[in-house]
Amino acid sequence: MKIIACVKQVPDSAARVVAENGQVSWGDAQLVINPWDEYAVEAALQQKEAHNGSLIAISIGNENAKEALKHALAMGADEAVLITDPALTALDTQGAAHVLAAAIKKIGEVDLAFFGRQAIDGDAGLTPAQTARLLGWSIFSLSAKIDVEGDTLRVERSTEEGRQIVSGKLPGVFSIVKDFGEPRYPSFMGIRKASRAEIPVWSLADLGIKAPAAVVSWPEVINPPAREISCEMIEAGSPEEIANILADKILAEKIL
Amino acid sequence: MNIWVYIDHFKGQALPASWEALGAGLALGKVTALVFGAEVEQLAKQACEFGAEEVLQAEDKALGDFRAEDFASTLSALASQHNPDLIFLPTTTRGRELAAMSAIDLDTGVLVDVIAIEMEGDRVVATRPIYAGKLLEKTLCAANPQIVTLRGRAFPKPVLQSGRTGTITKVETLSRAATTIEGYSETESGINLSDATVIVSGGRGVSNNPNLIPPNDLGDEEAEIWRAQQGFNLVGELAATLGGAVGASRAAVDANYVPYAHQVGQTGKVVSPDLYIAAGISGAIQHLAGMRNSKLIVAINKDPDAPIFNAARYGVVGDLFQILPALTETFKKKLGK
Repeated sequence: MKIIACVKQVPDSAARVVAENGQVSWGDAQLVINPWDEYAVEAALQQKEAHNGSLIAISIGNENAKEALKHALAMGADEAVLITDPALTALDTQGAAHVLAAAIKKIGEVDLAFFGRQAIDGDAGLTPAQTARLLGWSIFSLSAKIDVEGDTLRVERSTEEGRQIVSGKLPGVFSIVKDFGEPRYPSFMGIRKASRAEIPVWSLADLGIKAPAAVVSWPEVINPPAREISCEMIEAGSPEEIANILADKILAEKIL
Repeated sequence: MNIWVYIDHFKGQALPASWEALGAGLALGKVTALVFGAEVEQLAKQACEFGAEEVLQAEDKALGDFRAEDFASTLSALASQHNPDLIFLPTTTRGRELAAMSAIDLDTGVLVDVIAIEMEGDRVVATRPIYAGKLLEKTLCAANPQIVTLRGRAFPKPVLQSGRTGTITKVETLSRAATTIEGYSETESGINLSDATVIVSGGRGVSNNPNLIPPNDLGDEEAEIWRAQQGFNLVGELAATLGGAVGASRAAVDANYVPYAHQVGQTGKVVSPDLYIAAGISGAIQHLAGMRNSKLIVAINKDPDAPIFNAARYGVVGDLFQILPALTETFKKKLGK
């Protein structure tokens, strides 16, 4: 069984990101593998282990993105591929999906492709479904549990209405949510292997595609308006007195 | 301008964000609503009552369960035929997937999870939060149709005009049914934090009640979870009294106090209820990013220096195990429950 995990390099979730001159700046904060993608790698590794398969991690980005791929390798991925090309700036989700679908086709005979539910920078959550659409595969978004038997899939999805159970056939594209279970830590051996790994770099020419047209643009990034909040502390004697004052303050806002 | 709004629903019940999206469309002009499903006649009529001029109704047993692939094929075929300028959808799980796939079919793009819209000529300039709301971006789509998904609770719901009618046109459906929806698991009920008007959230602090003695056959970790569950019962009682939902911090979810579906924050749900009560949550940047746009934030914490107080309008430094039950009782009386 051939398995793909798509990963992205993003600023750490604890980073203080700000807008500077209309662009995003995260200062000297660390870049890490998108936290959601760690769940995707974990889900992919579980399938690899259950079905004696192989896992290839792929990422679009510059040299930096190799770190995300090395994290996936250290967790247990067998191979990694970086897709990098000067034409891939200001890539929107449609563009990313075109590139990833082309890479998945080039790798060939892939059964399962895993994504995190979204990247914590752009928060779009569109690329998994768009990649599935381009490949003509079924999408199993927000997957919390996956069982594969032969060419049949049984998936539990985390939806607004609760845990949905859906079945289908391979191949499939998955986006993974946190219910799947904690991603494993890279092992010492894994880290050593990853640090020595030569990661092949593919260009658009290697994929046999032209640069996708940029349809969505984001000309300006701004800091959210500062909220003038001063916290009024409710101080009274007993919990009942505090509750009474607080309830009256909340009711006075006329939002209930 | 030809404006379409997709009405997302579950078994004929529209999600509130669908009507909000319809309202956002009406602010720009006449709206054609799209209603797809197995039995959606009532929903189509409801769309007219909320202000749609016309409804394109794709009714077919095969569309009884939402499958993104089939709904996208139906939507894309209609859009190729009628060339709408704008397609609005609510940012629900289904809305997001449908928008994503149709954008591929129609060679266009999606402005996803937007919170404000302006028009510049025939282009939508949308504002959307990125980095879980730490920043906002202005974004636009160069191709047509411009597909936009609108965040729940960011746009006002239009007024329902009882008895108002519109033109309902039945349209062709497309389905391959490549997957089968087997059903829903009994063990985990749905929780929709995005649409909740009130959220009461608990953090690590809910497991710290010193007055509780866990059953003595429990190990340390089990005892901690047992304590936390007693704490979350208090959170749940206040939430139920206020007609709200239960949220949780990442720390509480990571410690297995409550399922992930409750998590508020950058790697959970980003929410903006009218009232957010944080109990025993210190207020990590990760959590603040997910709830800072709530209308009124109340924090209860025993640590007066907890960062959550910097985001709150009202704060109580105290013992949540005393404050929460007192608050529940007070609200029961004041709200006549």
